[in-house]
Amino acid sequence: MNRYYWILGGFAALVVLLAVGLGLNPRDVPSPLVGKPAPAFSLNVLATPEKTTGPKDMQGKVWLLNVWASWCVSCRQEHPVLVEFSRKVKVPLIGLNYKEVRGDGAFDMGKMPADEEKKLAFQRANQWLSQHGDPYTLTVMDLDGRVGIDYGVYGVPETYVIDKAGVIRMKHTGPVSPEVLDKKIMPLLAELNK
Amino acid sequence: MSVRHLMTALVFASFFGSTAALASATTEAALTTDPVAEKRLQKLSEELRCLVCQNQTIADSNAELAQDLRREVRTMIKDGKTDKEIVDFMVVRYGDFVLYRPPVKGITLLLWGGPVALMLLGMFALQRYLRRRASRINTEDQPLSADDASRAEALLKEANQK
Repeated sequence: MNRYYWILGGFAALVVLLAVGLGLNPRDVPSPLVGKPAPAFSLNVLATPEKTTGPKDMQGKVWLLNVWASWCVSCRQEHPVLVEFSRKVKVPLIGLNYKEVRGDGAFDMGKMPADEEKKLAFQRANQWLSQHGDPYTLTVMDLDGRVGIDYGVYGVPETYVIDKAGVIRMKHTGPVSPEVLDKKIMPLLAELNK
Repeated sequence: MSVRHLMTALVFASFFGSTAALASATTEAALTTDPVAEKRLQKLSEELRCLVCQNQTIADSNAELAQDLRREVRTMIKDGKTDKEIVDFMVVRYGDFVLYRPPVKGITLLLWGGPVALMLLGMFALQRYLRRRASRINTEDQPLSADDASRAEALLKEANQK
């Protein structure tokens, strides 16, 4: 009889392991960039295309970097949360528009000249923001996704919290929910801004 | 779902899988005509995980990100980077998870050592079981004592008389 308890116990342990494993989110890949300096970039600003900016211009400030695109469905879900955030909180929120045209999949990029892609990307991004509200202090345009690769972006939307020294302190993959904002991001911002 | 339905689904899945692979091979013009570089790209791509479709390498996946990462690898090969430099580039950005073969280190010890440990445990248990069984059989196979033998004989006789 004793031995059956062993087998039953082993089986129960396997069930528990399976349950825990199924509960985990496989998209939640810990970013190796947390604790490292935010990768430098110099990208065109959406509102003022002749100007460029990058993390260097944000030195000394705690800020958020939010990766978005108009084709990104989950971005629509988190957008009201960001708009609300920008109204209440005075922390700079920089938008990184990720592959606005290329990422859409509706365009044949082989046939599109670079300047046309750029024009279309700015137009689409502007239109989306005027339609859904613009929570961003400013948005920079990552047309080909190179900066996205430097930040380890693999699923838009993604959000980074960067401290005064320019170090990434947190990364959130997927839409920012009010819960994530209140329980994780806001306390971190308060701590970093102390 | 019946077995037959399952089989049909599998056949369809493998068909679409292969056409997708074909599409990725044809739409993406080789940036380099150098067969050695292409071979390196292929080899490296098979070592790197696509983070969008997580059970595929960037060689297999046709996701946007996989295409971008292949492009990055191509550029780095052109720039004369070593395989290690290219893999490190990916690990710095996406973490160890990007490696299709996880590295052996403290945190992955259970992953690498687990199966061996389980096998050793199994072999140990089997050996113990076999040894016990053998000794049990040995004790049971003892010849009957004189006393038992005469009792058995008496019982057999009794049965035959009835």
